[in-house]
Amino acid sequence: MAAPSGVDFGRILREAVLAAAVAAILGLPLLGLRLVSGTKGLQVDQRWDWLVIGVLAVFFGRMALAFLRGAKPAFAKAGEGAGVVGQFVRQQQRPLGVAALGFALILPFMPFSDRYVVDVTTLVLIYVMLGWGLNIVVGLAGLLDLGYVAFYAVGAYSFALLGTTFDWSFWVCLPIAGLCAAMFGVLLGYPVLRLRGDYLAIVTLGFGEIIRLVLTNWVEFSGGPNGIPGIPRPEFFGLEFSRNPESGQSFHEFFGLSFSGDHRIIFLYFIILALALITNLFVLRIRRLPVGRAWEALREDEIACRSLGINPVNTKLSAFALGAMFGGFAGSFFATRSGFISPESFTFIESAIILSIVVLGGMGSQIGVVLAAIAIIVVPEVLREFSEFRMLAFGGAMVLIMVWRPRGLLAHRVPTIRLGAKGGDP
Amino acid sequence: MSKSLLTVEHLTMRFGGLLAIDDLSFDAAPREITAIIGPNGAGKTTVFNCLTGFYKPSVGRLTLFDRSDRTFLLERMDGFRIARAGIARTFQNIRLFPAMSVLENLVVAQHQKLMRASVFSVAGLLGLASYRRAEAAAVDLARYWLDRVGLVDDADRAAGELPYGAQRRLEIARAMCTEPVLLCLDEPAAGLNPRESAELNTLLLDIRESQGVGLLLIEHDMSVVMEISDHIVVLDYGRKIADGTPEQVRNDPAVIRAYLGEADEDEGAA
Repeated sequence: MAAPSGVDFGRILREAVLAAAVAAILGLPLLGLRLVSGTKGLQVDQRWDWLVIGVLAVFFGRMALAFLRGAKPAFAKAGEGAGVVGQFVRQQQRPLGVAALGFALILPFMPFSDRYVVDVTTLVLIYVMLGWGLNIVVGLAGLLDLGYVAFYAVGAYSFALLGTTFDWSFWVCLPIAGLCAAMFGVLLGYPVLRLRGDYLAIVTLGFGEIIRLVLTNWVEFSGGPNGIPGIPRPEFFGLEFSRNPESGQSFHEFFGLSFSGDHRIIFLYFIILALALITNLFVLRIRRLPVGRAWEALREDEIACRSLGINPVNTKLSAFALGAMFGGFAGSFFATRSGFISPESFTFIESAIILSIVVLGGMGSQIGVVLAAIAIIVVPEVLREFSEFRMLAFGGAMVLIMVWRPRGLLAHRVPTIRLGAKGGDP
Repeated sequence: MSKSLLTVEHLTMRFGGLLAIDDLSFDAAPREITAIIGPNGAGKTTVFNCLTGFYKPSVGRLTLFDRSDRTFLLERMDGFRIARAGIARTFQNIRLFPAMSVLENLVVAQHQKLMRASVFSVAGLLGLASYRRAEAAAVDLARYWLDRVGLVDDADRAAGELPYGAQRRLEIARAMCTEPVLLCLDEPAAGLNPRESAELNTLLLDIRESQGVGLLLIEHDMSVVMEISDHIVVLDYGRKIADGTPEQVRNDPAVIRAYLGEADEDEGAA
């Protein structure tokens, strides 16, 4: 490749040497030395060849990056490509949404759909729903919440405890779990009303950890690290999905089908699809109501809001409560799907994944959340074969998206109301 | 004396050791334009912030009388309740909702009314006719004000994209959409060219005439102040140094001293 004119070799070399030096310092303990258990207990193994390879890789990698930057047009063109796709999706939102919904409806019955495909799609839908729920708090109200998983956990544990203690069914517990989560949303919201941005993020992060630690340590209440097993499965109008139901009829007997474990998987898939759709419709609708507009106004300028008679306390609390409620719904679905929950499932990384789905999708964009959820959940699944490089590819993909589309895949705001023609986006 | 819209009595505001406003009293009458002027740092914006609940005054009583003769003791109220009582304001550094459309800015201003119509969002979520009617009425009011400030064609653009002068007008329109009894304008003519500021004069006079709204105005641009004010209050270092019609104020020796910095022995020039 001919070096583009205006490339400063001296500077590139300097930067590469510097990067290599940093890599050498970091790599010395990380790559160069290794503890191995030998005959006389732990021994230090030295791997200087690894270190040299690492440092060289960083050196040439940094140089390549500098040249790439010199060849900016090609790089930018790739970014434009992403932009064009985004534009297309934006313009065709309604037909694309309908097509996606249609595809989602027939997916479990497609020839290529085995148990694995339906399972992964169910997982994606859980995250889509969580993303849409968090979008209320982060995308609309502009409150950076790093502890969203806490509400997911509250929903899951509400259902798990009610279901195992009182034998209540999933459908009874679902609204209760949502209400519990909403209550926790208000509980969290109240003390942090005055906080914004980074400070709010830190407090919500702490809140998420508190919930997880309470669940881990309060053994009598939540079973501690052992979790709660034997969570009831959902029923289809009183019909169970088991071979030999304890009471009443089971699904396959009632419909005269032969028993198959897939029935339940597909049923769960449709439950989460319905829940996610309800979330979507709710968010789309509420965005065009006074509350929704007040959330967005609050995100834009809190002081101006107050001067217009908007009560910032109630507005923020309603955002926290509603966002948390959908987290709670998703949580109780998660509990009924896996039949077993433990605090392990509600670590900070979950919050981070949900938040990155919202941010990658483009704040406030509903379809963007779907695309981002697919990208974040499916890509690591596909890359399972290269298991060691999964997180690397994941991180790389994220960096690329942020370089090309810094405001998210589909960052474009459609007004909630127009003069003359009514309505905004679907 | 005619009935007041707003009375300010012995308003004093201290920030630590700094006395920003010192025992200020004045009245503002309905359907009149009252201007507060004074050199930089005289405490004008602080008066506004006390009136609109952003600061709690250290001492003093602020009373608003609305059209149905209810009285509101503003010094005890939260900012958003003061706004609901009927005081709307604009800001020295424009505070619009930049990512939202022009029309949305005006609809958000009618939050209180629409919130009631949507019955805590329930009627709105169900899409009941009563809510749809209220929303249509809100859009009509917004359209009326867009027409008045000449922004109908920009209604669906993001507010942040508008040129500066248009943003100023939009902020006034937004304040008027709250249907206030008193409109407080913090330097509405700042950054406007002479033509725009002449248009602003017309708009403000028009608001006073046709809406029956009292205006309280902070302004540096004397062409605006002298031309449209009915009543002027002059502040210097937080104290009121003059109070009267534009004619009286223009010829007041204390005002001339404060503005021209004519130093006498004790006070010295600023």
